[in-house]
Amino acid sequence: MTRDLLTVEDVTYGYVGSDWRLGPCSFSVQEGEILGIIGPNGSGKTTLLKLTAGVLSPQAGAVRLKGRQTAEMTRREMARHVAYLPQQVETFFDYAVEDVVAMGRFPHAKGFGFLTAEDMDAVDRALFQTRTEAFRNRPLSHLSGGEMQRVLLASVIAQEPEVLLLDEPTSALDIHHQVRFFNLLSDLVASGVGVVVVTHELNLAGLFSHRLLLVSGGAITHQGPPGNLLSPEVLYEVYGKEIVVSMHPTANRPVVLPAKGKKKEMEAAP
Amino acid sequence: MTSALTPRRFTTALVGYGLLALAVLALAPLIGTERVSISRILAGFFSSAPNVDFDIFFYHRIPRVILSFAVGGTLAVAGGALQVALRNPLAEPFILGVSGGGAVGAVLAISVPGLFFRVGPLSTVQVFSLAGCLAAILVIYRVASRTTGVSMTTILLAGVTVNILCGAAILLIRYLSSPHLLVAMDRWIMGGLDVVGYGELLTLAPLLIPGLGLLLFQAHALNLLAFGGDMAAGHGVQVAAVQRKVIIGMGLITAATVSLSGPIGFVGLIIPHGVRRLSGADHRLVLPACFCLGGAFLALCDLVARTVIAPTEMPVGIITAIVGGPVFIRILLRQKG
Repeated sequence: MTRDLLTVEDVTYGYVGSDWRLGPCSFSVQEGEILGIIGPNGSGKTTLLKLTAGVLSPQAGAVRLKGRQTAEMTRREMARHVAYLPQQVETFFDYAVEDVVAMGRFPHAKGFGFLTAEDMDAVDRALFQTRTEAFRNRPLSHLSGGEMQRVLLASVIAQEPEVLLLDEPTSALDIHHQVRFFNLLSDLVASGVGVVVVTHELNLAGLFSHRLLLVSGGAITHQGPPGNLLSPEVLYEVYGKEIVVSMHPTANRPVVLPAKGKKKEMEAAP
Repeated sequence: MTSALTPRRFTTALVGYGLLALAVLALAPLIGTERVSISRILAGFFSSAPNVDFDIFFYHRIPRVILSFAVGGTLAVAGGALQVALRNPLAEPFILGVSGGGAVGAVLAISVPGLFFRVGPLSTVQVFSLAGCLAAILVIYRVASRTTGVSMTTILLAGVTVNILCGAAILLIRYLSSPHLLVAMDRWIMGGLDVVGYGELLTLAPLLIPGLGLLLFQAHALNLLAFGGDMAAGHGVQVAAVQRKVIIGMGLITAATVSLSGPIGFVGLIIPHGVRRLSGADHRLVLPACFCLGGAFLALCDLVARTVIAPTEMPVGIITAIVGGPVFIRILLRQKG
C-alpha cells in the first residue's frame, strides 16, 4: 500500500502586479512514484512546484508533509525532507563540484557546517549515483551543461530527502543523458523516495512517470496515468493540433510526435 | 583550491592569513617618518620618564596601524558578503549609498565653521558622517523592503540613486560654502587614517563587532545564496532573514569605517576577489580571510601613504588604487593562462 508523502491542498498564488493566477490546485506525491508535471510554457508548472517546495507561500490552501503543515516547519527542517532544484541555477563563483554536492548537507549541518563522516558518506553516494565522482575536484567553470545538471542533482540527492522536486532537470542534456537521468530517478524511487519532475519532454515523462499532471492556464486540468493522459483529446486542447500521438514500439506507452504541415482543424482553433 | 573545506584546510588557510596579518601588525608601527628605537620603546613601558619614541609608537603609530587594519578588514568583509547577497561581482561596500550619505554629513559639518562639539572622542565631522551613513542605509532598506524579504535588485538601484543624490547635495553645499573650506572637504572625501589614541576606534567598536559577527555567522548560508535565492531556499536557507542580516551588518560596519576614516575605495572590491582566487569561494573561509588580508593590505597602503612623500602624507585612497589595481590585474591575468 503506497502512502502519500506530500499533499498539496487547494493552493492558490498570484504575483504582485499581475492578473495571472494559479489554482486552486490539489495533488499528492506518493512513496516510490515519479510524478511528471507537463504543460505548455507559462501554464504555472514552475509556480506550482515552488509552492510545493515552500519556496513560495500559497495565498490559500496548504501543503502537508505526511499530514503535517509545512508552513509550520522551518526552512531547514523542510529541506531535510523535501529537496527542490530550481530551473536555472548559476553562480559566478567558481566552486568545486564536491563543494556544491556538499551544500546538500546544509539542512543537516550544525554549527559551522563542517562535514561529518555521515555527511561525507551521503556526498560520496550522491556523486556515485549521478556518476559525477570522476570530476569531483573540478571547478564548475570546467563543466559542460549536462555535467552541471548532474552535479546539481547530486547536490539535492545529498540532502537525502523523502521527496525530490525537480524543475526541468534534463533541459540541457542530450538524449542519452536524458534517458540515464530518468533511469537514475527510477532507481531513486525504488528506495521509496517520491519524485516530482517538471518537464517539457512529454515522451520521457510518459515513459518513466507513474502518473502525470497536466497544468494549463494556471490550473491542473488533468491527472492520471500516462496511458490516459497522453491522448489526442487531452493534448490537442493544450498543445494545439500540430502533434500526433502514437504508441511506443517496445514499451506499452503513448508517444507524442510533431505533425508536419498545418492541419485543417488548426485554422478553426483560436 | 578546489577540494571541499575540511576543518584541517580551514585551519591551515586561516593560520596562514593570520600570520600574515600579525606580521604586518608587528612591523608597520616600527616604520615611519620618525625613526624610533625598539630599545627606547621597550624602556618606555617600564619607566614614566619623558620618552618621545614611546609616545610616537604607542599613541600615534599603533593606534593608526590598528585603525587602518580594522578599517581595511571590515571593508573587505562587507564587500565579500555583499557581492554574494547582491549576486554581483562589482558590489563593494559603498555601492549601497552608505559612503554618499556619510560624505553629505561630513561636508555639511565642515561647511558650518562655528560648529564644534564632541560626542565622546568623536568629532563633529565624525558624528555627522555617521548619522549620514546610517540615514542612507535606513532609506535604502526601507525602499527595498518587501513582505517577502528585501529585493536585492531594488536595493542596488536605490543605493546607486542615493549615491547620485548625495553627489548633487555635496555639490550644492560646496557651491554655497566659502572656498577655504573646500580643501577640508576634499581631504575628507579622499579618506585618511589620521588618528591619535584609541578613543575613536573604541567608541565605534559597538557598531563594528556586532556587525562583523552578524556577517560572519551568515557565511555558510552565503555559499548557497551564491546560487540564487530559490536554490538556497530549497536547501534550507532562510533567504529573507539572511539577506536582511547581511544588509544590516554591512550597513553598520561600513557606517563605522566611513565615519572613522572617510570612504577608502578599492579594498572592499578587490580583497574578496583576491581571497577567492587564492583560497576558493567557500565563504566560511573567505570572510575571515578577507578580514586578515584586507586589514594587512590597508595597513601596508597606509604605511606607504605616510612615508612616501615624508614629511607630508598622501591620501591613502590613492595608494590603495595604485597598489591594488595592478596587483589585481596581475591575478586576473594569471588565472587566464
